[in-house]
Amino acid sequence: MTADTLRRSPLGHLADVLAAHSTGGERGVRLREVPFLAQLDLQLHPHGPAAQRIATALGTPLPTAPNTVTAGGPDDLQVLWLGPQEWLVLGPDGSAPTTAGLLRAALADEPGSVVDVGANRTTLELAGPAARHVLEKGCALDLHPRVFGPGRCAQTLLGKVNVILHQVDAEPAYRLLVRGSFTQYLTDWLLDAMEEYRHPPLPA
Amino acid sequence: MLLIACPWCGERDELEFHYGGQAHVAHPADPEALSDGEWAEYLFVRDNPKGPFAERWSHAAGCRRWFSVVRHTVTHRILAVQSNHPTAADGTKPVTA
Repeated sequence: MTADTLRRSPLGHLADVLAAHSTGGERGVRLREVPFLAQLDLQLHPHGPAAQRIATALGTPLPTAPNTVTAGGPDDLQVLWLGPQEWLVLGPDGSAPTTAGLLRAALADEPGSVVDVGANRTTLELAGPAARHVLEKGCALDLHPRVFGPGRCAQTLLGKVNVILHQVDAEPAYRLLVRGSFTQYLTDWLLDAMEEYRHPPLPA
Repeated sequence: MLLIACPWCGERDELEFHYGGQAHVAHPADPEALSDGEWAEYLFVRDNPKGPFAERWSHAAGCRRWFSVVRHTVTHRILAVQSNHPTAADGTKPVTA
């Protein structure tokens, strides 16, 4: 028996519930889990010689502007800014060993680290015309398109839970990276926040 | 609620931050030469000004970096923010009250 047959995502048992609570239409909002994304925590000096080698290896530069995301490369990797010398590299399920190998080779002897943090967090995807309104019920960030849009990320609190918030589409669509043990709570909170959008709006 | 401008992430709620006490408390050059009283003074005794106060904050729920803030202890107005991080654009000179 391999690890693949044993592994469970934090929300695997709730996929049907998430689908049942998702709605379409003008005020629709959809929630689903994107389980088992490859996640690598990368730390190094942003202006050292290794940063350029890593940009070449990944096929995309490391974002140096705070709270931004770059994407690219053959594996469709996304690199999220987490700190002035820390990034999170996201890739499809199963890509972690290859990408980690590339990063370690590019880092070589420079001070820094590449750590597989794939077991840290799972990913929730919240999308639809009402997605921003759902988040705004529990997040103090200004998520209006004039401030926050595709290609932006932020580490913040949503419903008191630490999340990495990443806008992936202007629809809007967001990805929320959340610690496994907080996932059930945050999902309950989101389903409650989404509830009103399953019904017609109250007359003004 | 304070609105604190993290040098990296911009203005965020106070809830996202962790307070680190008075800034610029220098570690004694020769700790073993200190008397118990002087050591206790270094460890525990802090200024408590009525007015501008330089203090440490960490953006605990965000980028997790430490930085210095000068806050007016009466009005809570934030007078200056300084990252102290070696890669920061604003250099490493300390802010003082």
